[in-house]
Amino acid sequence: MTIATMHPEAGPVTAAEHEKWLRVYRKMLTIRLFEEHVNDLYTRALMPGLAHLYSGEEAVAVGICEALRIDDYITSTHRGHGHCLAKGASPDRMFAELLGKEAGYCRGKGGSMHIADPATGNLGANAIVGGSVGIATGAAFSAKNRATDRVAVCFFGEGALGQGSLYEVMNLAQLWKLPVIYVCENNQYNEYTHYRETTAGTILGRAAAFGVETALVDGQDVRAVHEVASRLVKRARARGGPAFLQCDTYRYGGHHVGDINREYYRSKQEEYLWKTERDPIRILANFLLDRGYADAASLDRITSEVRTTIEAAVKFAIDAPYPDVDEVEQDVYA
Amino acid sequence: MPERELTFAQAVREALAEEMRRDSGVFILGEDVAEAGTPFKVLSGLVEEFGSQRVVDTPISEAGFTGVAVGAAMTGMRPVVDIMFGDFITLTMDQMVNQAAKVHYMSGGHWKVPMVMRTTLGATRRSAAQHSQSLQAWFSHVPGLKVVLPSTPYDAKGLLKSAIRDDNPVVFFEDKMMYKLKGPVPEEEYTIPLGVADIKRAGDDITLIATSSMVQVALGAANLLLKEGISAEVVDPRTTWPLDEKTLIDSAQKTSRVIVLDEGYGRYGVTSELAAVVAEGAFYDLDAPVKRMGAMHVPIPFSPPLEDVTVPTEETVFEVARKMCGK
Repeated sequence: MTIATMHPEAGPVTAAEHEKWLRVYRKMLTIRLFEEHVNDLYTRALMPGLAHLYSGEEAVAVGICEALRIDDYITSTHRGHGHCLAKGASPDRMFAELLGKEAGYCRGKGGSMHIADPATGNLGANAIVGGSVGIATGAAFSAKNRATDRVAVCFFGEGALGQGSLYEVMNLAQLWKLPVIYVCENNQYNEYTHYRETTAGTILGRAAAFGVETALVDGQDVRAVHEVASRLVKRARARGGPAFLQCDTYRYGGHHVGDINREYYRSKQEEYLWKTERDPIRILANFLLDRGYADAASLDRITSEVRTTIEAAVKFAIDAPYPDVDEVEQDVYA
Repeated sequence: MPERELTFAQAVREALAEEMRRDSGVFILGEDVAEAGTPFKVLSGLVEEFGSQRVVDTPISEAGFTGVAVGAAMTGMRPVVDIMFGDFITLTMDQMVNQAAKVHYMSGGHWKVPMVMRTTLGATRRSAAQHSQSLQAWFSHVPGLKVVLPSTPYDAKGLLKSAIRDDNPVVFFEDKMMYKLKGPVPEEEYTIPLGVADIKRAGDDITLIATSSMVQVALGAANLLLKEGISAEVVDPRTTWPLDEKTLIDSAQKTSRVIVLDEGYGRYGVTSELAAVVAEGAFYDLDAPVKRMGAMHVPIPFSPPLEDVTVPTEETVFEVARKMCGK
């Protein structure tokens, strides 16, 4: 944290900080409530397909995207709603996509796992684990070679550490000093298996082997995530080369909404502790209250406003029409 | 003035150089593409003209650099990826099949992937099972990809220029035995649209539909057939997708006999698809079942006498065609 945040009366910098953390809070809450409604839509059989919820990991997407410009690139994952919202996607078109509606970001053709949005630099969520590491690295290659100062952020879960292409592209990125940041969201579980059962050595050691700049951060603390992300983004923008950021976090729910009985791979006690002691939204709320950036009433008001927005977005999506069946053969080729 | 002749390799190189001069977003990415100019020397001289920023040597990481090409293509560039041997496309399959081919559709038409993958096909180079396959059927199977199979220097240049300008991922297969083949290539600018077949030789009695390396085989067989009084038409689809079905069917209806030739495996392969197109489109005009000829269903062996029998030759095509015509 900067010194300015310690002194709420200290002028314009403080005002900007104040505004920033309230914006961050609102974004994290938007993701949390979005996912609650996804869960609701899914369990009411209103949403087809699969739903992989981001709840518990909000500080990672928001802390990092807050350090990016709208024209910077991201690639996302099957657990991607948080990344897309954090980069600027609007909940109504997100929900519409999740329900397969024409108003969705992909005209209903992508669904929950493939949301893409050129307007916010979102190159797309990817349902192949590690599938977007090449795309993000290529976007960084392009950003550099077209003489822009854009940065690409590649979000992936720790499960992607098992994919060889990650190591191929980290090698390329370091050789060519590409402005790409590999963000490993270590939510502890590769689907239904703890990562320690699948991951030899250390996570950061893998990136360090290529000489890539590495950092480890508490992924439940959005201020810490944002601070390190800002440093790495600034470094990449200044042609300092790629970085690998490990964010330790926790997936509150199952691998997907249908993964209800989880005790064969993790305990209820563990889940309880993360949710009560390490909740990223509560951690930020405590900071806002301690610093006097907000009081209980103003946080309630934000919650109420976000809830209204999300509920309207759900209604928009439910009421929206499906694409015409004739569209099935459109956009196979450009 | 005699027509200018280029080798197949020179035609490919000229297409790349012209497109790189025309569009600063075009660049080449692959193993030993720069100073080495690839083992086949197809790219010799390009790094000297365009520099190592645009003729980019990579580590031996086909999946990695193909993925980089997909991302670069989505964000404003036009990469031309070089996969040295067609057998190595296996290493790129996720990037091509799950990423490049689907990005445009999955994003509701918002993102485009204007990239080219150049690679090779063809046996009889004594390179054994992992450097001799013709795997064009694999990519032809996937919606979202286009697949080009040039058979002459003229076609190679015109088709490659179109492939580079295309807004979709295009896979461009070059027969490595054909790199030294010479043919007329005009000095002036031209392109050949993807999806237009070419009648390489007109005839009346039998149609030989042939791709890539098999076009030369079919033309040789047609010469042999002529001595038997059989007039063979050689039709080159030039692209397996988009596919010019009409030209294939029209020829089949005219001659009433068809052999389909492709150096890949016949089972579930290019010849199977082309034969089905002809059978569905010209069934009532055919005097004989459509015949498929391709690689034998074996890994390509090393030993020369074994390898030589795995792929169709002028003589084997001639024999099959002669029998089909009842002579």
